[in-house]
Amino acid sequence: MQRDDLRRLVVDLRNHRLTRRQVAIRMGEVGLSLTAAWALIDRVTAGPARAAAMPGRGSQGTLKLLYWQAPTILNPHLANGTKDFHASHVVLENLLHSDTAGNLTAVLAVEVPSLANGGVAKDGRSVTYKLKQGVKWADGRPFTSDDVVFTYQYIANKQTGATTYGNYDDIAKVEPLDVNTVRITFKAPTPFWYRAFVGENGMVLPRHALDAYVGSNSRNAPFNLKSFGTGPYMVDTFRPGDLVVYKINPYYRDPNKPAFSQVQMKGGGDAVSAARAVFETGEYDYAWNLQVEWPVLSHMMEAGKGVLQPEPGGGVECLYVNQTDPTKTVDGQRSSVQTKHPFFSDVKVRQAFALAVDRQTMATQLYGLTGDPSPNLLTTPSKYYSKNTKMTMDLDRANSMLEEAGWKRGSDGVRQKNGVRMELSYVTSVNSLRQKEQEIVKAGWEKVGAKVNLQSVDAGVFFSSSPGNNDTIAHFYRDIEMFTDSFDLSPVSYMNQWYSGDPSRDIAQKENNWSGTNLVRWQNAEYNKLFQEGIKELDPQKNVQTWIQANDVAVDQVAGIPLINRKGVNARVKTLETGPNMSAFDDATWNMADWKRIG
Amino acid sequence: MTTYIFRRLLTSIPTLILISMMVFAIVALAPGDPLGGLATNPDVPASVRLNILHQMGLDQPLPVRYVKWAESWVMGNWGYSFGSHMQVTRLLLQRLPTDLWVIGSSYLLAVLIAIPVGVISAVKQYSAQDQIATTLAFIGYSVPTFFTGVLFIIIFSVRLRWLPFIYNVEVHDPIGMLKQAIMPVAVLALFQAASLTRFVRSSMLDNVRLDYVRTARAKGLAQGKVIRRHVLRNSLIPVVTLVALQLPGVFTGAVVTEQIFRVPGIGSLLISSLQNSDTPVLMAITFVAAILVVLMNLVADVIYGTLDPRIRYG
Repeated sequence: MQRDDLRRLVVDLRNHRLTRRQVAIRMGEVGLSLTAAWALIDRVTAGPARAAAMPGRGSQGTLKLLYWQAPTILNPHLANGTKDFHASHVVLENLLHSDTAGNLTAVLAVEVPSLANGGVAKDGRSVTYKLKQGVKWADGRPFTSDDVVFTYQYIANKQTGATTYGNYDDIAKVEPLDVNTVRITFKAPTPFWYRAFVGENGMVLPRHALDAYVGSNSRNAPFNLKSFGTGPYMVDTFRPGDLVVYKINPYYRDPNKPAFSQVQMKGGGDAVSAARAVFETGEYDYAWNLQVEWPVLSHMMEAGKGVLQPEPGGGVECLYVNQTDPTKTVDGQRSSVQTKHPFFSDVKVRQAFALAVDRQTMATQLYGLTGDPSPNLLTTPSKYYSKNTKMTMDLDRANSMLEEAGWKRGSDGVRQKNGVRMELSYVTSVNSLRQKEQEIVKAGWEKVGAKVNLQSVDAGVFFSSSPGNNDTIAHFYRDIEMFTDSFDLSPVSYMNQWYSGDPSRDIAQKENNWSGTNLVRWQNAEYNKLFQEGIKELDPQKNVQTWIQANDVAVDQVAGIPLINRKGVNARVKTLETGPNMSAFDDATWNMADWKRIG
Repeated sequence: MTTYIFRRLLTSIPTLILISMMVFAIVALAPGDPLGGLATNPDVPASVRLNILHQMGLDQPLPVRYVKWAESWVMGNWGYSFGSHMQVTRLLLQRLPTDLWVIGSSYLLAVLIAIPVGVISAVKQYSAQDQIATTLAFIGYSVPTFFTGVLFIIIFSVRLRWLPFIYNVEVHDPIGMLKQAIMPVAVLALFQAASLTRFVRSSMLDNVRLDYVRTARAKGLAQGKVIRRHVLRNSLIPVVTLVALQLPGVFTGAVVTEQIFRVPGIGSLLISSLQNSDTPVLMAITFVAAILVVLMNLVADVIYGTLDPRIRYG
């Protein structure tokens, strides 16, 4: 395990999540002498000798990317999944890029708007972007503020059916101040001005290609299959579900970039063989999202051809704890808000269950470099990561807490109280990794006297929104559910999962066709108050503090049990340099203009 | 003959209509929907999701959807894929050449292996050659393609570094095209050849014992001539039928093998459209397959009649 610990520290150091001093101290903790630790750190931070200037436009032949889910559409605002965003981002660009911490950098904007430079209005009602001058679309037409305005109109039209809609629905209007300046006005003051036109949801579309396709005929546009933008490449040929071939955008603003004359994005197959193609055979230069069990992945990595790129922000694998009774039927639904869970309604019982979960084993055995044990529900953007929470596993305390709560062991070892047995159903999607996680959690809970029945449901059903299907996550006809919800640049949509300001709207139930976002049916006034503050607080520091407090309340009250802070894991061959291309909020292809072969 | 073919074609129409209704119902009633991936996406509120469903025509009741689909299908419009919104016909035509090349050559290879091996096995029944061929045939038949595929990859790509294991249509030089096709073709051909060999062998054995063979030998024909001219010719009649019935497979692709080697054929399209509940694509593939099966049955019957004069069409 020591080697894994060291490797993890080195990765954290490379990605600037820990300082050199912090790393040295932790290396000491895992048994390295201080001299050895510093020697290692020096070697890591020295990095490759700063490579020479870019090798020259189109001088490095073909770059081959492997995606085990194949792109099907090349318009990011109509994307069916992550792969479509990545495929689109090779040709299109956003105004700002965001890294996993939430730090912004300018792409099509001249600079990042801020309170200091006057870009962000003091009242939180608007933000003004200055756009780079002289940028051209791949067909030679100039890129102007009008394209930004158009992109907003395209997405905001509900008939278009844009899958990025939610990032733009707090905007009142987007208007051009001049050819290179654009102002976004919000419906209400907001601290989260950076949701629109930033990151993977922020790519700007050319008006002249899509003007006739706003609204219900949006999916008929030829542009969707042959998109072009301001980025380094443009689509050459596209075979949906199989292969995208890109060629250089002749109008790209930097004459020395990109380094490759052609990019191929191949889709399909499975994650294991995708890992093999980079780590073992080197047939491909880059592979996306290697969701492979850690023992298999680490074995392949030993072949030495590739480098893993683990990046936090892949969501938190979480146990959702039902607060209502999934066995009673009230008004034609189970898990009705009018019922109380026979044992999880007691916070002491929930806390005892949280203490009996062995995250550490789960992380080291199943995830390795691809996930860390997490004490927090809200982990990303990493500035919201709370340091107040603890991750403890303590079976003795869990047992005594259950005793105190009145749950006594029966003759079969299962606890009971007032004739209720502590027997629970625990469901997740069909996925061999998740089934192994279930086993680890179950082992812990059975040690504290609960009887656990494991179940798994096909992912297509489990995550679907069908009101007629009792097996969806929103119906929650079980005691415990396990899945991962994704993060957004603003914590609002993620933290919505525990908010109950208007229970009839927010809590999933028959009355709202199970569309409420609060699936665990948890109601807590303190949390609701913090949530409300977090939406409004304009001071960036105070805002972060508010959300951290909200996380702490939800963790302390065990509205959910966080397990693993998952990472996005891509891989590159050693001879490919991709720069800081990994981010939880942007596509791995966002900086492809800078990719080059080395050595 | 013409009336026979005409009658057969006419009776196949209700069969096909019934098949189309069943497939449509199964696809529509199966759990999961094309927007499944968007259900947990907070960026897509319910109203936007409804608009997307409307664009796809999924907001209408099932019978209406079926009638609309059938109408436009008859008119030659196979609809648009839900995922890419590309015309289904274009999508299929993109995939077809790869299938013809990979699966077509695997069938050809299978026949080229199966006939000589089967003949030798039958002629020298219970000899060492026969025993070896039989053993190999049983192994080939009982080991699934997903196993042989991965085995080949580990041996020829990972260990020996001879062959690429990811099929890429952008490879245009003949040597590269051949190299990337070797493994998928071999995996499929071995599987096909195994069953075909057994079939040729038993068909040969049936004929070798018949009186006309003894007559041929009695009039002094050499052994080779007897086998080639008389026994083989007659034994191949059922083999031809079998091969004809397998031909629709060239169109529907080889689902498992295509997935392993990332061959962009119709089989892998079928799998991905199943996963995404892409009804128009699914319907097109399954229904064309159904038509081909019905047609090939007819073709097989007709060929059978021409090859075997004893058969008469009533």
